[in-house]
Amino acid sequence: MILPTFQKLKKNLKKKDNAPKKQLKLAILGDSATQLVGTAIRGYGLEKGFDIEIYESDYDRIEPEIIDPTSGLYTFQPDIILLFHSTEKLQINFLKQKAERKSSFAIEHLASIEQYLAILNERLTAKVILSNYPVQPDEVFGNFALKTASSFRYQLAKINYNLLELSQDKGNVFLLDLEALQSYVGYQNRIDQRFYTQASLVLSLDFLPVFAARIMDIIGAITGAALRKCLILDLDNTTWGGIIGDDGVDKILVGNIKGGKPFTQLQKWAKELKKRGIILCICSKNTESVAKVPFEKHPEMVLRLEDISVFVANWENKADNIRHIQSVLNIGFDSMVFVDDNPMERDLVRSELPSVTVPELPKDPASYMAYLRGLNLFETATVSAEDASRTKKYQEEAKRVSSKMQFKSIDTYLESLEMVADIQSFNPFSIPRIAQLTQRSNQFNLRTVRYTEDQVKAIIESSSHTSLQIRLLDKFGDYGIISLIIGEIQDNERLFIDSWIMSCRVLKRGVEQLVLDQIVALAKEKQLKMVVGEYLPTPKNKLVEEHYKNLGFQQNGQLWELEVTSYTPNSKHIAILENEINS
Amino acid sequence: MTVQDVLSQFNEIFIDVLDDEDIKLNLETTADDVEEWDSLSHIQLIVAIENKYDIRFTASEMESYRNVGEMCNGILNKLAAKV
Repeated sequence: MILPTFQKLKKNLKKKDNAPKKQLKLAILGDSATQLVGTAIRGYGLEKGFDIEIYESDYDRIEPEIIDPTSGLYTFQPDIILLFHSTEKLQINFLKQKAERKSSFAIEHLASIEQYLAILNERLTAKVILSNYPVQPDEVFGNFALKTASSFRYQLAKINYNLLELSQDKGNVFLLDLEALQSYVGYQNRIDQRFYTQASLVLSLDFLPVFAARIMDIIGAITGAALRKCLILDLDNTTWGGIIGDDGVDKILVGNIKGGKPFTQLQKWAKELKKRGIILCICSKNTESVAKVPFEKHPEMVLRLEDISVFVANWENKADNIRHIQSVLNIGFDSMVFVDDNPMERDLVRSELPSVTVPELPKDPASYMAYLRGLNLFETATVSAEDASRTKKYQEEAKRVSSKMQFKSIDTYLESLEMVADIQSFNPFSIPRIAQLTQRSNQFNLRTVRYTEDQVKAIIESSSHTSLQIRLLDKFGDYGIISLIIGEIQDNERLFIDSWIMSCRVLKRGVEQLVLDQIVALAKEKQLKMVVGEYLPTPKNKLVEEHYKNLGFQQNGQLWELEVTSYTPNSKHIAILENEINS
Repeated sequence: MTVQDVLSQFNEIFIDVLDDEDIKLNLETTADDVEEWDSLSHIQLIVAIENKYDIRFTASEMESYRNVGEMCNGILNKLAAKV
């Protein structure tokens, strides 16, 4: 989810779009120039499935609009009213006060707001969104303003606090926390002084989409049309740092270990959401039993298995897994948020399930929470006691629904990735990476033989060995060397696969098939008759138990065999960048 | 970059911001000549131009330009001052 620009929102107004939309009438009462605010809200609403008719009071006419029963406001009969006083106008009014009345400014302003709300409540059934006031440093008293009752800063703080009190017993009044929103984006970004002085705009063009998004969050929540209820988390490098399948439970980053804090923060957030009634789910490319270990055994994990309603860890594509989660929970895709560090997974889910909210998580985990906090993903209009028991209900449901999943063909998707492979035999430059892959890969590793850099060098020089390294690129970037093969020529007729290793990041993308094509081509070139593989089980490589079987090898005792002559290459979706296999 | 270069880039910005394919600017064009060019869309044009050239106008500069040609020259001066 990336916020559209104001320009884009404005263009939405002209776009022909016949999709059914929720009709809504919004009146904007402001004391600044609000035309662009109306444009931004209407434009953003269209993206969220709302057709919002906007009524704007004339410039700075809040009071007469509300007091006069024949005003345009009452003719319009709004569903929702945005009551938007600006700090700027408030300060102008404050400065007009005589010295002795400055200390009671807040009380008087609040009394008039209270009066407005009472009148609106009497004459209309509309809900009211009331903005609080962004604050700024006091240019007259400095920090001492906070101790000076006659300062603007003091009166502003008093107004903001009392707005909270004032709204407590009013079920149809909802506050917009513009104060916090400005402190997130910054005063200088909220307002462009040039356009304020020239045209009385108190929101900058870049800030308008943010403002509109927050207004739509509230509208979505109070109309019940767009409530998000479910947070789906990826595991490796999202919920914890590192790869559980490769690093193991004692090496992942979470808790007080260096680098663990960002992940603890994210987990604490998820835990608080769960307490509020948000459903937590896991969707991870992992072996389920391996993925669950941290939840059961890691002492510093904040999230535990009992916090998770649906736990999906397998090697299928994530859009299908989210479809599965959806069928278990029976909630709309538009109520789901999917958080994943991998841009490719995010793009897949976005393209297959456009209603799911997919935050564009920053690369640096240290920034995860600061970013997520700014998105306001889980707006609500009520908080109920029943919310907290929701997790258990869905856990039971998850057990009932069969885990049989419906998988769509993702050929079109893989095609769209524009994958290109660069395949070469090992060379002096790749020695460190090759050694590292043999040392660190545990999951997609058929025989788990570890090699030092010197040993890799020996393989390059050996005439009875042959090797392949596969570097993968796609439209998202360069993954580097993600797979390797070490082959040993036996008896001048068989190519024995000593090592077949692949990074799990590129699983289910057809790389295995491509590599096999290359292995067979290599065997042919060397005039060998057979390719022979072996699977040596470890606690971590269950993933590739059926690897050779799936690729069409025949079992022969402990070994798997493939005839070179009868093999036809069938790799799809990956183009080959450079096919110079020298060995 | 010449005034004509800036003018043709301006034309693209105006078409995009004002959402009107038929706009044809010349150096003498003023806000009165373009229907959609009102005080609010003027602000959007200014921001779009600032982003395009990575420059910033002061409030008084914005008010001083009487036609498109003066704006183009204003930009050329600003770009020259940057180097």
